[in-house]
Amino acid sequence: MPHFELDARRMFCPMPVIRTQDKIKELNIGDTLEVVSTDPGALNDIPAWCRINGHKVIKTRDADDEVFILIEVCDV
Amino acid sequence: MSQQRKAVALISGGLDSLLAARVMLEQGIHVEGINFFTGFCVEGHTHAIRKQDKSKSKRNNALWSAEQLGIKLHIIDIVEEYKDVLINPKHGYGKNMNPCLDCKIFMVNKAKQWAEENGFDFIITGEVVGQRPMSQRKDTMPVVSRESGADDRLLRPLCAQNLPETLPEKEGWVKRDELFGFSGRNRKPQMALAKKYGFEDYAKPAGGCCFLTDESYSAKLVDLWDARGTREYEMDDIMLLKVGRHIRPAPHYKLIIGREDGENKFLQGYKNNFITFKTMDCPGPLTLLDGVATDKDLELAAQISARFSQGRDKDSVTIEARRTNGDTTTLVVKPMPASEINPEWYV
Ligand code: SF4
Repeated sequence: MPHFELDARRMFCPMPVIRTQDKIKELNIGDTLEVVSTDPGALNDIPAWCRINGHKVIKTRDADDEVFILIEVCDV
Repeated sequence: MSQQRKAVALISGGLDSLLAARVMLEQGIHVEGINFFTGFCVEGHTHAIRKQDKSKSKRNNALWSAEQLGIKLHIIDIVEEYKDVLINPKHGYGKNMNPCLDCKIFMVNKAKQWAEENGFDFIITGEVVGQRPMSQRKDTMPVVSRESGADDRLLRPLCAQNLPETLPEKEGWVKRDELFGFSGRNRKPQMALAKKYGFEDYAKPAGGCCFLTDESYSAKLVDLWDARGTREYEMDDIMLLKVGRHIRPAPHYKLIIGREDGENKFLQGYKNNFITFKTMDCPGPLTLLDGVATDKDLELAAQISARFSQGRDKDSVTIEARRTNGDTTTLVVKPMPASEINPEWYV
């Protein structure tokens, strides 16, 4: 399945969520997307947005002042 | 079986919009939320910047509301289009720089367009008659319906019984007698309804969701516009008004002084856009200079910056001033005593 990346560094919430939402609109079910953000709030907000909108968070991690959220697109 | 009707709910993250959407779900309506990001929304920004706040996790209240309701939420970036609302509000400003009536009209209009594009039948908001001095008055609520173009497709479930019947009520999509007739600033009915639905830990209502209602933020915005002689602004301007101490020693420049490590780090990101000052021989703030500056101005800016460093009581502090092209100048200055900083300089 195709994998995509989204650079949402130097943006503050809710911008990383908005960019994730807009990117996911272009993707297909089963695609994966990794979002990178420098706002630690993204670690709460992006998974919350995914739960609400029916997408799956596969993994989150946090390294060197950056957070990574790996998402599987489930419902488009 | 009759067709399930669809409503798009303006979700601010506050209690009222949460309740309004819940009332619609109760009546069997399919509800999805829409939330607008103007750039002035009080979300996690200052929180994300300030180091001391980072450990406390801060939720996005609109997302939280949607999750409580079990509905989808669409967050829309309106930063660019919102500029015109803020710069030229037809109905003027509220107590501070909040153009609430124009803002509501604009948001309801955007929601109406979204509803049309996505096959939704009507729009709901958590507005309550008499709750807000500008946009939620008996005489201004019809203005929102009319000027947004939503007309009778705009339903306010919490106070519908005080307002003329709307299309969803006339058509029997929703039952008017199961809507509410709340009015005024008393929050007790909303709190009782929240209790009935089992909502706890909701965001504290009334104001507080938008920087434009904040007096000190509004003063900084007006100062920026006056100093530049134009009301144009960019997202970075809005962000910088949320950070640091703002001191304007002269009309042609302003200093933005970091108050802690997180802010210093954030301001450092602007080093290629502004002259920056950094203390070299003691811990101190990162200071940005917004405007143009002569050598004398640089000296004064360095003295003020030193005042907020840990060397404030020393005879001299070494400061490096860095221009946007990377050229640096080292200045050895006497920190300005607090008593010499003109209180009028504080924006
Ligand atoms: S407080 Fe007023 S200006 Fe700010 S978002 Fe709400 S309605 Fe708009």
